[in-house]
Amino acid sequence: MQIDKDLVAASATPLVLAILAEGESYGYAILRRVRELSDGELEWTDGMLYPLLHRLHRLGYVTPEWHSPPEGRRRRYYAITDDGRAALAGHKRQWLTVARALGDAWGGSDALRLAPGGA
Amino acid sequence: MESLELEIAEWRSFVGRLPAVDGRDVEELEAHLRDQIADLNAAGLAADEAFLIAVKRMGSLDGLSREFAREHTGRLWRQLFAGDDQQRAAAAGRWAEALLFAAGAAVTVLVALLVAGFPAEQPDWLYRNAALLVLPFLAGWFARRRELPWRAWLPPAAAFLGAAVVINVYPFEPDGATEALAAAHLPVVLWFVVAYPYMSGSLRSHERRMDFVRFTGEWAIYYVLIALGGGVLAALTGAILEPTGVDPDAVANWVLPLGAAGAVVVAAWLVESKQRVVENMAPVLTMIFTPLFALMLAGAAVSYAVTGLGGDAFDRELVGVFDALMVVVLGLVLYGISAREPSQPPDWMDRIQLAAVASALLLNAMVLTAMAARIGDLGFTANRAAALGLNLVLLANLAVTARLSTRFVTGRGHLHDLEHWQTAYLPIFALWAATVVLILPPAFGFA
Repeated sequence: MQIDKDLVAASATPLVLAILAEGESYGYAILRRVRELSDGELEWTDGMLYPLLHRLHRLGYVTPEWHSPPEGRRRRYYAITDDGRAALAGHKRQWLTVARALGDAWGGSDALRLAPGGA
Repeated sequence: MESLELEIAEWRSFVGRLPAVDGRDVEELEAHLRDQIADLNAAGLAADEAFLIAVKRMGSLDGLSREFAREHTGRLWRQLFAGDDQQRAAAAGRWAEALLFAAGAAVTVLVALLVAGFPAEQPDWLYRNAALLVLPFLAGWFARRRELPWRAWLPPAAAFLGAAVVINVYPFEPDGATEALAAAHLPVVLWFVVAYPYMSGSLRSHERRMDFVRFTGEWAIYYVLIALGGGVLAALTGAILEPTGVDPDAVANWVLPLGAAGAVVVAAWLVESKQRVVENMAPVLTMIFTPLFALMLAGAAVSYAVTGLGGDAFDRELVGVFDALMVVVLGLVLYGISAREPSQPPDWMDRIQLAAVASALLLNAMVLTAMAARIGDLGFTANRAAALGLNLVLLANLAVTARLSTRFVTGRGHLHDLEHWQTAYLPIFALWAATVVLILPPAFGFA
């Protein structure tokens, strides 16, 4: 299934924020988590993640920090801030509203299983 | 494995050349690439295959460049446009058009000088209208350059026309204060009119406003540079012409105003097409002058606090000096923000800048107290009203600037709050300048 480009773009911010809400992470790991969460259905062009992360930093939603573990490679880790959590909550409300409306329109609550706390 | 390293190095140098990607981004992207290659290796792919797939997944360099450019417009400022080299060359190659508009401004000034009977006669209207003779050409050039539709020419044209009517129809008393004030504030108002075509009419865009602030700063630098060069040229020409019996002053009298008019457009063209030159200069200038001004302001604040501001020692010129000082501090702040890489954490420059702003605020509080006492004694005049108004406008801006930059330096706020505050405040400056031109003269009986 090919997911529409606009939809991918719109979901990118909440998805990244949600992943960072699980704990600080770096670009490659975030992308791996996106693939995992979407069973490989959400395909991002890898490079595009970084401008997005930089934007979230400019908005104050995440703070980047370079870590170089003793073994392994130097990476820029991103951690979510309180502002970021607040923004994530806002996104969540919007997506739930949209999902609920779509679910109702398509009849039956099974059409879209997107409950708070669920996937 | 060696060939893989070579390929990665080559890829890195390609990415490093993208206009909006800086060194740390390259490192971040490279780490990503290596992670991806390692994973693909682990899945059983050969090194070269893994490299190809990892690069492919990273996305095309064009797309990457565009995305980075969209986020880091400030970096792009160094590089002109996000477009390709060909587009860049075409944009820079349109110098003939810039020259045409510069010549238009110069000729208009020439005609005005001839009509006025310059240099024997130097009527007041000449000075009042000086900006009106030149800036429409700058606005027109931007409108052409941005390829604005004809409908978008109307608002700036109407603004210029309205300003021309006001400044020439108002019955100013000869040598009155209101006339001088209106003449001094009109260029500011008109500069904001130029912002309209500069921003292609999208006046609300924060990014475009920031671009205009940058443009203003760079333009000022170029203008000063051209003026310095022009000064040297004029002095040498004078020295050469002297033995021939030609009066160098007579030549300079004509060349200087025309050159000054033309240089307005030429400086703008230089800013638009030769970013890279100034790009290296702006941060250096801020770095040199911000600490010096901070030192001077702190010294002044301390000495004034000790000696006090006597009612007599404190005259109108001093208010003017303080207003100018605050404008410079604000300019440094704006310049500092615009030349700064927004994603960097606060450093010592931000602290020095904060110190400069705080000292300026302190000084201004003292000036305001003294001025309030003076107005209480002697009542309002046009000059005092203008000085006080400008002071309040600057004070409000600097007070919030100080608060936001304290939050930023202490790690509780973000630089973009400060940026947004400054760009949101720009219309206030325009409104105030317009008030001095439009409302102050009638309010004080055109005296």
